[in-house]
Amino acid sequence: MQTIGRPTRPDSDAAAGGFASLTGGRGLVQSEPLIFELGGWNKTGVDLEPPAQDAADLDGLTRDELALPGLSEPETMRHYVRLSQLNHAIDLALYPLGSCTMKHNPRLNEKAARMAGFADLHPLQPVSTTQGALALMDRLAHWLKTLTGMPAVALSPKAGAHGELCGLLCIKAAHEAAGQGHRKVVLVPTSAHGTNPATAAFVGYTVTEIAQTADGRVDLADLEAKLGPDVAAIMVTNPNTCGLFERDIVEISRLTHAAGAYFYCDGANFNAIVGRVKPGDLGVDAMHINLHKTFSTPHGGGGPGAGPVVLSQALAPFAPAPWLVSGPEGLALVEEARGEAAQAFGRMCAFQGQMGMFVRAYAYMRSHGADGLRQVAEDAVLNANYIKARLSDVMSPAFPEGPCMHEALFDDAWLEGTGVTTLDFAKAMIDEGFHPMTMYFPLVVHGAMLIEPTETESRRELDRFCEALRALAATAKLGEVERFKGAPFLAPLRRLDETLAARKPKLAWRPEPGTVAPAPLAAE
Amino acid sequence: MRYLPLTPDDRAQMLGVIGAPDIDALFAHVPAAARRRELFDLPLHAGEMEVERELAGLAALNRAAGAGPFFCGAGAYRHHVPATVDHVIQRSEFLTSYTPYQPEIAQGTLQVLFEFQTQVAALTGLDVANASMYDGSSACAEAVMMAQRVTRREKAILSGGVHPHYAAVTQTIAHAEGMEIVRQPAAIDAEAAVIAAIDAETACVVVQTPNVFGVVTDVSRIAEAAHAAGALLIVVTTEAVSFGLLKSPGQMGADIAVAEGQSIGNALNYGGPYVGLFACREKFVRQMPGRLCGETVDAEGRRGYVLTLSTREQHIRRDKATSNICTNSGLCALAFTIHMTLLGGAGLQQLARLNHSRARELKAAVEGAGLQVLTPRFFNEIAVRTKGPATALVEKLAGEGILAGVPYARLDPHAGLDDVLLVAATETTTSDDIAALAAALNAG
Repeated sequence: MQTIGRPTRPDSDAAAGGFASLTGGRGLVQSEPLIFELGGWNKTGVDLEPPAQDAADLDGLTRDELALPGLSEPETMRHYVRLSQLNHAIDLALYPLGSCTMKHNPRLNEKAARMAGFADLHPLQPVSTTQGALALMDRLAHWLKTLTGMPAVALSPKAGAHGELCGLLCIKAAHEAAGQGHRKVVLVPTSAHGTNPATAAFVGYTVTEIAQTADGRVDLADLEAKLGPDVAAIMVTNPNTCGLFERDIVEISRLTHAAGAYFYCDGANFNAIVGRVKPGDLGVDAMHINLHKTFSTPHGGGGPGAGPVVLSQALAPFAPAPWLVSGPEGLALVEEARGEAAQAFGRMCAFQGQMGMFVRAYAYMRSHGADGLRQVAEDAVLNANYIKARLSDVMSPAFPEGPCMHEALFDDAWLEGTGVTTLDFAKAMIDEGFHPMTMYFPLVVHGAMLIEPTETESRRELDRFCEALRALAATAKLGEVERFKGAPFLAPLRRLDETLAARKPKLAWRPEPGTVAPAPLAAE
Repeated sequence: MRYLPLTPDDRAQMLGVIGAPDIDALFAHVPAAARRRELFDLPLHAGEMEVERELAGLAALNRAAGAGPFFCGAGAYRHHVPATVDHVIQRSEFLTSYTPYQPEIAQGTLQVLFEFQTQVAALTGLDVANASMYDGSSACAEAVMMAQRVTRREKAILSGGVHPHYAAVTQTIAHAEGMEIVRQPAAIDAEAAVIAAIDAETACVVVQTPNVFGVVTDVSRIAEAAHAAGALLIVVTTEAVSFGLLKSPGQMGADIAVAEGQSIGNALNYGGPYVGLFACREKFVRQMPGRLCGETVDAEGRRGYVLTLSTREQHIRRDKATSNICTNSGLCALAFTIHMTLLGGAGLQQLARLNHSRARELKAAVEGAGLQVLTPRFFNEIAVRTKGPATALVEKLAGEGILAGVPYARLDPHAGLDDVLLVAATETTTSDDIAALAAALNAG
């Protein structure tokens, strides 16, 4: 039975002004069942010619049935368009997820990535037939190296965390090559993204946390105390997850290098400094760049991303295959550890990486140019500071002193005594048409609310957002707790029971007990 | 700059609200030595038409797969993707949304993931699937590490029929985590040697079917042997359309199935982005990597979906997580789901039979041209013995406008299989394409 959107309790329509539709939908927002409930067990939306030859040669290794529904093209279109309308999106409104950089995704980039010369290109075609693709990768690499002031880049990692893994594997290989394979500790600040400690542990390192100072930076004394002959690397995000520039970054890198360790920089927040600061100037040895953050490739509801890693001279020889090299007959790929790539630590993925994302990111860079990218950082930082300035009298900034970078961080001290939590406040934002900010991260700030507007918001949208938050804050302080506790009221669904989902995981559709399983259409 | 909404007036007024004298004041925490005053040595901003022209120029330097006879496979396959797929994935609400951490306003993405998981579980013949991985190769490496968590053993045996890139990725990543990876020698019928290698230290056996040489194998006996030794069987599939014709990994006893899902809904894209499929038996679900979408109810009892079991994940568990994966392949999974919904089980079965039929036609043509086909049982790809080095032949035919396939040596130069060419056919391959290849091989 299809139950989505269908009230099961009589009071369920209270929030919508006491009005409930008869079908469970809400005007243009349709109630939509799963494809398995749409009766498509004997349908297909694709017209194919019949095969000329049979499969008799497969000696009984064929499957008998495949119970999956199909839908005609109009039904498919309607099903997925209806579902799409249940999503918030950056094209609808400001999407202030701190650390996630939800900025406008230019459609030129989509168009370019779909050009047949890029999209309809096989990864293992002879390189003589893919010189344009290799040239694009070469140009992208040149831009990334120039913007970061780093001499080398590994393009193949498929996301930020994959880039972290790539960077740490370079570091591990470099230590092993230098007889330093006994270094097993990675230092990570308490404010780090969860991927940092996860990646370090993944590579077999032990994670030790570094304390943070009262003003939201790495505690130098604690770092110095923990640096030793067993430390392989530090992983520091800069600007950090509190939205602050690590003021002592040069000293951090000096101490790290003096201890024989490498400096991994999490580049998730590169958006804030692109065009103004070169991480190479700061002593960084490896840094991944989320092309889906700084360089605007779409997030797509959770990927695909791309996480190229820029590398210092010391780490460059260990970059994974494939390597892009210049030869007498143009550009070429070294696809295993030999020749120039003799010390490559291995391979991160099949083929060359996220070409579709490379095209998009390169189109974005070319569109902005050196001047536009510098403006990107300036406007991103300006917008975040504007939000901080406009909300600081009603909410409590976690670090009131001095400017922030590209995101404004608030704690929940201002909610004390209201009965409203950070989560409640965030859910109430949904009713006002905004996506919540990042909540409860970084862990070092109580009830954290991390707001990143990005540079692609107009002043008008920023004001609209600030007015909404100010109004909500005033309401919370007036004691209208129900508006928050029950929120959201106006979203397609109310709060979901996450405990239930985890206690009895239901991860796939199955026919309801007692009903007859659908009969799949027999194969011809 | 067309992507930046702030005007100079806006900026001045906003600085006033902030109380900063100029923009540099907001960068005051950057050490003076690192504050670059000059514009970087890169071109200045460019208009849409200009950028499009440059990119079109680069694209034109490539020989698109669809420009002529085309037979490349080896882990990436050219299939026809219905226009509906690309239209829907470009809808703003799918394209420009984030990971669905706020389920009340992300039910579109979440319901799609639930449908995707159900489809992948059915295709692989297993109980549960996750919400996608980066690609097939990283899914393979993650599966091996999952087997280590399940069995608490350190050794993985990789059949010599596993795609060499997959083996290299697994070697790189699982080895870094401390596992011993035993990769067996490449051979057309490599699966035959797997059982003898299983011992009491074996965490898992990794077998690919169809394997990199195109061979379709019944892995049931390998499953029995692995299970008898307390090890898991991981089955890899690089051509997802084959699920429409062949016995599923689950049906043959696999504990974990991983696959490259590119073939369904996604373009070749010169290698990425693709979408990794990952499915396993229900009892292992808490050891799975990656995101999972589960069904639940909202405060009014209405059915809805959330990301669940996130206590396995990096953002909660940090250094105790089952994987460091954060971003996955959401939009590619959406494309997969829509294409799969258009096909349905029956459509995929017919598509798979059509692929197989084309490959039979291809095999006959290649044999007719006097070359030996090495693959005894195949789905849509065959290994062919060439008269000289396969790489030289491919280069020569590329000069004649035919992309004849992938030389095995490109994937694995040290196997001594320089005269093996991997040749694939799909529903996009025409009889004229096959005739052109046969004629060129005859002439060569």
